[in-house]
Amino acid sequence: MAESTLAKKRTSWRIKLEPRLDEPPAWYPAMVSLGAVVVALILGGVMISVAGGDPFLSYAHIARASFGDIGVLSDTIVKATPIILTALACSVAFRMKLWNIGAEGQFIMGAWGASAIVLAPVLPAETSRWLFIPVMALAGIAAGAAWGFVPGYLKAKFNVNEIISSLMLNYIAISWVNYWVFAVWTEGGFQMSPKFPVGASLPRLSEYADSFPVLRGLTTHGGLLFGIAAAIILWFIVYRSRWGYEIRLIGDNPRAANYAGINIARNTILVMALSGALAGLGGMSEVAGVVRRLQTAPIAAGYGFTGIIVAWLAKLNPLVIILVSILFGALILAGREIQPSGIPKMIQGTILVCLIASDFFLRYRVRIVKGVEE
Amino acid sequence: MIQDLFSVTVLIGILASGIRLATPYLYAAIGETFSQRSGVLNLGVEGQMLLGAFAAFYVSLRTGNLWLGLLTAMLVGAVMGLAMAYVTVNLQAQQGISGIGFYLFGLGMSDLLFQKLMPTVETIRGFPRIYIPGLSDIPGIGEIFFSQNILVYSAYLLVPVAWFVLNKTTLGLKIRAVGENPDAADSLGVSVARVRYFTIILGGTLSGIAGASLSIALLNVFQQNMTSGAGFIAVALVYFGAWRPIGVLGGALLFSMVNALQLWVQVLNIPIEPEIAVMMPYVLTILVLVATVSRVRAPSALTKPFEREN
Repeated sequence: MAESTLAKKRTSWRIKLEPRLDEPPAWYPAMVSLGAVVVALILGGVMISVAGGDPFLSYAHIARASFGDIGVLSDTIVKATPIILTALACSVAFRMKLWNIGAEGQFIMGAWGASAIVLAPVLPAETSRWLFIPVMALAGIAAGAAWGFVPGYLKAKFNVNEIISSLMLNYIAISWVNYWVFAVWTEGGFQMSPKFPVGASLPRLSEYADSFPVLRGLTTHGGLLFGIAAAIILWFIVYRSRWGYEIRLIGDNPRAANYAGINIARNTILVMALSGALAGLGGMSEVAGVVRRLQTAPIAAGYGFTGIIVAWLAKLNPLVIILVSILFGALILAGREIQPSGIPKMIQGTILVCLIASDFFLRYRVRIVKGVEE
Repeated sequence: MIQDLFSVTVLIGILASGIRLATPYLYAAIGETFSQRSGVLNLGVEGQMLLGAFAAFYVSLRTGNLWLGLLTAMLVGAVMGLAMAYVTVNLQAQQGISGIGFYLFGLGMSDLLFQKLMPTVETIRGFPRIYIPGLSDIPGIGEIFFSQNILVYSAYLLVPVAWFVLNKTTLGLKIRAVGENPDAADSLGVSVARVRYFTIILGGTLSGIAGASLSIALLNVFQQNMTSGAGFIAVALVYFGAWRPIGVLGGALLFSMVNALQLWVQVLNIPIEPEIAVMMPYVLTILVLVATVSRVRAPSALTKPFEREN
């Protein structure tokens, strides 16, 4: 080796990767994520151009159509509400490195569970809101939790891959709801149930327009409060409770958690059920706040998948999720009108890929070194 | 009513469409088998299929050449695979999540291109049936097995080929080694990165064909989200089939036969809830996973990025 070093000695620039040993400064992860989103938006713009569209027009449209005035801002928040809850659902599972991609199905089951209270009916139509809404919320939570429990249990007891089982459960949930909507609760053969009575719907801002005229026509509904409350509670669970400590430890270092006597199997089941419960509450909020009836499965409209992106972008922090959800609510809302459609999904996908890829720069330090090559 | 289901004509119809409908599952799931055997979970199959389906349809429609359409679909799938490989191999991204990103990208992009490039809904004359001389005249059997189009035949041909490559060739040995024990493979001089690039791009290419088989051989139209989950089912089929091409074939046939049965149940107006029938293969997949998980082991390095120890 020694003699060849001299012979081949030359100066060169090269990219060097070093594992990050130290903790990066607090602003660094946020900058990396922001950078990833910017890169994704640029890539997305290139894709729009490839398809023959005008990316600047599209982006300007998205901004205008979702934040332009108080009316569309309110609609943006309506879209953000289910995303908050599905993103919270994903975040708590991801925190333990449980890849629950079944938030979509858990959301749908939550919608079904809440609807069953109205349509079965468990409670009569003239029940007051004060009873209806809590019971529906509990039913949605229970149905979603059951749907999250299954992959958790299968993972804990049989080591069945939760990605596959939760994915399969998405399709089962879709068929399940289709069955009830078409065969049992259909309104005149259409793919929807009868409209819920007023008592079974979450109040909207516009209902208070008599006292506060500024609220006229605003569709933001009580589900937002569920989302915010759930985010705060989850924040305390994850960062301030013993259980949250266990969850984080299992996620970061399952071996250490095991040595510390933490029951991983039990936490797997509990966390998946909690994850499902949050998504299920999202489904309840959507049927009771927006649709006000049960429809066939597109009711979830991909909120389960958007939740994955939002959770990741928010670095699994429940409070940050609220803000990021609003941005994605805007993207989805704009997608309603934006022509051609497909742009929001494409951009979401690009953002997610860039985000996941950008984690690399949290683990490695990239250096361009002027080195003496051997 | 229900006895109609058991008349010979209907039975032949169900089996023939079942054989046909397994085609996209087979291409996609065999491709996925390769990438999973090398340790990479590609959850973006659905997106690759959708873009492949659109590319094949659009190019075939504009050029009038189905083969050119198929080739474009393969290319599009391969490029998606290349991107996926970079993200999973070089950037070591979490595979389950990045795959969802690729899925959403394919879903949105195919829709965007469809809306931009095709002002009206059009249909296409897809790959024609090939009647195998002699065999296609056998009553029943002929219609079921020997009157399909070229993409259907080659999908079934792919199964033994994949088995052979995986189990009887050096390449297959490398793929399996990289999926089971990348450190050992690396120390023996096998480039883990190169093998994984190869399997992911191969998987993407086959997913592209899977999409094309829908748009220019089976349904002969393109619609937004036309795969409706077939790509995700393909991923599950690899688990279902215990990472073996023959097992994947069994699972693909099960899913496609249930699909075919359900279509005929609707055609014949039989009072079975179709939603319940649709649910069954998914339930069965979960049950099979539970039943086999103690006997069948996933490739040890599945979803684990490889990093060379220095």
